Amino acid sequence: MAKITYIEWGGTEHVVDVPNGLTVMEGARDNGIPGIEADCGGACACSTCHVYVDPAWVDKLPEKDPMEEDMLDFAYEPDPQRSRLTCQLKVTDALEGLVVQMPEKQI
Amino acid sequence: MAEHIVVIGGGQAGAALVARLRGQGHDGPVTLVGEEPVPPYQRPPLSKKYLLGEMALERLFLRPESYYAEHDIRLLTGTRAEAVDTAAGTVALAGGGRLDYDQLALTTGSVPRRLPEAIGGALPGVHVVRSLADVDAMAPDFVAGARVLVVGGGYIGLEAAAVAAQKGLDVTLVEAAPRILARVAAPETSAWFADLHRRHGVDVREGTGLSHLTGEDRVTGAVLEDGTEISADFVITGIGIAPAAALAEAAGLAIDNGIAVDAQGRTLVPGVWAAGDCASFPFRGGRVRLESVQNAIDQSEYVADNMLGAGRAYDPVPWFWSDQYDVKLQIAGLNQGYERVVVREGAGGAVSHWYYAGETLLAVDAMNDPRAYMIGKRLLEAGRSPAPATIESPRTDLKALLKG
Repeated sequence: MAKITYIEWGGTEHVVDVPNGLTVMEGARDNGIPGIEADCGGACACSTCHVYVDPAWVDKLPEKDPMEEDMLDFAYEPDPQRSRLTCQLKVTDALEGLVVQMPEKQI
Repeated sequence: MAEHIVVIGGGQAGAALVARLRGQGHDGPVTLVGEEPVPPYQRPPLSKKYLLGEMALERLFLRPESYYAEHDIRLLTGTRAEAVDTAAGTVALAGGGRLDYDQLALTTGSVPRRLPEAIGGALPGVHVVRSLADVDAMAPDFVAGARVLVVGGGYIGLEAAAVAAQKGLDVTLVEAAPRILARVAAPETSAWFADLHRRHGVDVREGTGLSHLTGEDRVTGAVLEDGTEISADFVITGIGIAPAAALAEAAGLAIDNGIAVDAQGRTLVPGVWAAGDCASFPFRGGRVRLESVQNAIDQSEYVADNMLGAGRAYDPVPWFWSDQYDVKLQIAGLNQGYERVVVREGAGGAVSHWYYAGETLLAVDAMNDPRAYMIGKRLLEAGRSPAPATIESPRTDLKALLKG
């Protein structure tokens, strides 16, 4: 279980507990948090679950695999350091306190 | 306005439609009617990670069950709509219930084609891949060493074959057409996937029709049209899906490869709409029906907006994906009407097939090549067509094509 803070583009914060084993994307979906669409359901096929990770968390997360890296390159206004696809981030206790911010839109 | 909107069909399209209605501020009553006993769920993993046993049931649901009540959406699961009376504005439910609607959306999806009963299609041990119940029914047959016959080399058949091979089953796949994926892809893509499956031990037999299945109380195998006999412990049929349009047809709506709608998603009856697998719509001067998650979501969202008066025309760049073994296939666009295919090799075994009609780019199949997929998708969205020779040249920096 990890407490994760999702910040909408407009600034609205959602702080929720997400069980281990789910992804950060599924944590948003299951709590009805807008701004993460995840059209493909988490198959790393669409890039619509893009977020900016809080700078303090960039180095603490598992590295991007090449598939995620390539998909992110074409997401909406990606940031080389902070952008991640939330469907590729598995929740563990180590993610306690993670803060992510949604982009202006998902494409 | 407190219009009651009824949506029939509790799959990806229906779920997207009701969520969009609420998201856009519709505050009248909304009812979602679904035949299956569970809330709307994702179908793609059924033939992939769920069948492999790598994804638990709870993770399939598109929204937690509480979502519907929290958003004042009346979700009727396990409920069959029997008839629609468009003059009266009513839906008759199995068991005698009735819903009165102001506007109605049909997101009834599609039904898998089955082999005729006369050739053994109804024997126990013959499975289709469409619903959670279908896949749960076949799961116990997926034991290492078991022999499975897959009938049909489309995406569903190929994904099921990949899961079976990964689980150590002995897999034979027969395709009646001269090549697998014949309806949806170029020969280059068909050959690439036939090779992939053969390297994983699948016995892929193209141009091989089925005569009949064998067995008395349960399927035991098949006889092929060339007389070959195959033994099998079970059979999976992936021979396509048909739009679930019977309800619409009985209601007098126009049917043309599914429920015929216009660019906004309207049928000819005011206030009655359709979206997703069940609906055909105007596309590139013709009419098309798409069987995909992208279309289920996007067309439904257009219909939701248009039910609320937006007047938006749906003109998508379709996209699609398939997972087989360690390969992710991503497709952007629709290759219908292509004249030639340009093959582009990427790094590390990645490859992409670019479909052209003349100088116009229509679609891209990308195998483990997300960059080619995303660049192709963005080019198509922008209505741009790089010259085929530019794509073919290994010296071309694809990303640079998006600039300027």
